[in-house]
Amino acid sequence: MAIWLTKDSKVIVQGMTGSEGSKHTRRMLAAGTNVVGGTNPRKAGQSVDFDGTALPVFATVADAMAETGADVTVIFVPPQFTKAAVIEAIDAGIPLAVVITEGVPVHDTAAFWAYNVAKGERTRIIGPNCPGIASPGASNAGIIPADITGSGRIGLVSKSGTLTYQMMYELRDIGFSTCVGIGGDPIIGTTHIDALAAFEADPDTDAIVMIGEIGGDAEERAAEFIKSHVTKPVVGYIAGFTAPPGKTMGHAGAIISGSAGTAEAKKEALEAVGVKVGKTPTETAKLMREIMSAG
Amino acid sequence: MDLYEYQGRDLFERHGLPVLAGGVANTPEEARAIAERLGGRVVVKAQVKVGGRGKAGGVKLAEGTDETVARATDILGMDIKGHTVHKVMITVTADVAEEYYFSYLLDRANRTFLCIASVAGGMDIEQVAADTPDKVVKAPIDAVKGVDEAKAREIVTAAGFPADVADQVVEVAVGLWQAFVAEDATLVEVNPLAKTGDGKLLLLDAKVTLDENAAFRHPDHEALVDQAAVDPLEQAAKEKDLNYVKLDGEVGIIGNGAGLVMSTLDVVAYAGERHGNVKPANFLDIGGGASAAVMANGLEIVLSDPSVRSVFVNVFGGITACDEVANGIVQALALLEQRGEKVTKPLVVRLDGNNAEAGRAILDGANNPLVQRVDTMDGAAERAAELAAAGV
Repeated sequence: MAIWLTKDSKVIVQGMTGSEGSKHTRRMLAAGTNVVGGTNPRKAGQSVDFDGTALPVFATVADAMAETGADVTVIFVPPQFTKAAVIEAIDAGIPLAVVITEGVPVHDTAAFWAYNVAKGERTRIIGPNCPGIASPGASNAGIIPADITGSGRIGLVSKSGTLTYQMMYELRDIGFSTCVGIGGDPIIGTTHIDALAAFEADPDTDAIVMIGEIGGDAEERAAEFIKSHVTKPVVGYIAGFTAPPGKTMGHAGAIISGSAGTAEAKKEALEAVGVKVGKTPTETAKLMREIMSAG
Repeated sequence: MDLYEYQGRDLFERHGLPVLAGGVANTPEEARAIAERLGGRVVVKAQVKVGGRGKAGGVKLAEGTDETVARATDILGMDIKGHTVHKVMITVTADVAEEYYFSYLLDRANRTFLCIASVAGGMDIEQVAADTPDKVVKAPIDAVKGVDEAKAREIVTAAGFPADVADQVVEVAVGLWQAFVAEDATLVEVNPLAKTGDGKLLLLDAKVTLDENAAFRHPDHEALVDQAAVDPLEQAAKEKDLNYVKLDGEVGIIGNGAGLVMSTLDVVAYAGERHGNVKPANFLDIGGGASAAVMANGLEIVLSDPSVRSVFVNVFGGITACDEVANGIVQALALLEQRGEKVTKPLVVRLDGNNAEAGRAILDGANNPLVQRVDTMDGAAERAAELAAAGV
């Protein structure tokens, strides 16, 4: 098993006919993901061939769900259309929407998040500005390379894409239950806490790696959550100790504002609740390796 | 993007909010023209994106044109906490009877927006909140419903604004929210929001931050960028669509993915502690693609920083496999040579992930004496720091 995404997940792609969407649909299929179609109102009724797999194009997410039983959507549409795409997914009531798009205005994200809350949070939103979610050996929804690691019993939650890949690679001999890239924007649909809670409840996850970075206080809040709700071992890594205040470091949310959002504060908060925090990604992987080999 | 006060004032004015008449001057001559237009008593304020300018002598009253020019001359060129003053804002003065505080901002933790309002304005709001928390109202704003008159009145009542200004504050609260949304701001802060002796409300200061992700629907925001304050290397990188931040160190950094690059800076800084205290010279994320052209542009930017002594190229092959990245590096070096910008600084390259072996073989085959291959991130950082220290 895994969290949120399993071998039974039926995945559609919003923006499947675009260049990024089609490239990654092909990669998801190659990874064994059960991709069942995509949406594009102007190409509804057509089908697209992906190396021998013909996938139907639907007008809307609701149509795609009705026809295929899809329960996951991966969104690749450009930033100016992302809000409408996510709201369409929420309206259709799809259980999981993975928003890959980078560069979404935060007012748009705040709006679709508020809309989702008003609709009773029927849809779990991951992202935006994230690499997606992968349950190795079962399914892959997003752009995480599928061949880095196989299935195993570590859960991974991370704000960063490439640090996710790095960590998967370092621990590829042990393997992962699910890797969730939650994204580097200031407002995101799924937080560290959501993933920690899901991994805690997942019988196939034994330990958790949590990767954070400068900006906001999500890691501090995750530390509070770990203290009272997580019994499985957690190993942490925080990026951005040398980042100067007031500068956005690549991710829209990665910014130290005044004295708030520093890596040091996050590390201290995690260590205060017993989470071991590695100084480098490699050291973090080593800490996890020690936990897994101690059984 | 943080705006200068005068830009915030202009933005408020465009949205119909009550601000003082004024203008911005780059030179004493421009200050003279503004003083002549405004007449009488004015306040001259240094335009810097840092707090505490009043204490630093960057805010002065002046009476008449000559005195205004003299104060503007004093303040222009002043250094305030490392920021040189290039502009002053000159406004008429207000007869301030009371000072309040009002802001809208992004609330990351609650995934929405927040309104902070207080009748105790004119001072540091965080201090007010710490000392007298009952004087500060923090009201979450639903991003879909926004702030209408009813919501505004709820905030105004909760914050305890005096009855004689309540209606005006409601109007400002609604107008400021509309400006906040229309401009895709992540912060609009008015401190003080002042009541004048004759009972009128005025927005006397303006702190505004705009969301750069929303630039596509605000072509006018580009003009708000202060080109003079932009680091020339950051500007050059931006023109090439590269995500570059200049830092004060000696080890140039190129990597793929924001998180990995941030992590690389840290690992290099730790290694630097053992090698002459060298530090990372920049943040540069070349993204997932890492083609030869992008790599060449990245190397060009990093190497044009004169303080760079060595470069650490740290790539994890995910979507782009390492053999493509290695080819990119080799071609980039050739490309730079063709452009007459032959690389003379040592490059430490770490390739890991997809097709790492093939990528490393390509680098070895190219046999460039400047390129050193180290296969772990920590080891490569160590080597890059060592080379930078030796090259200083």
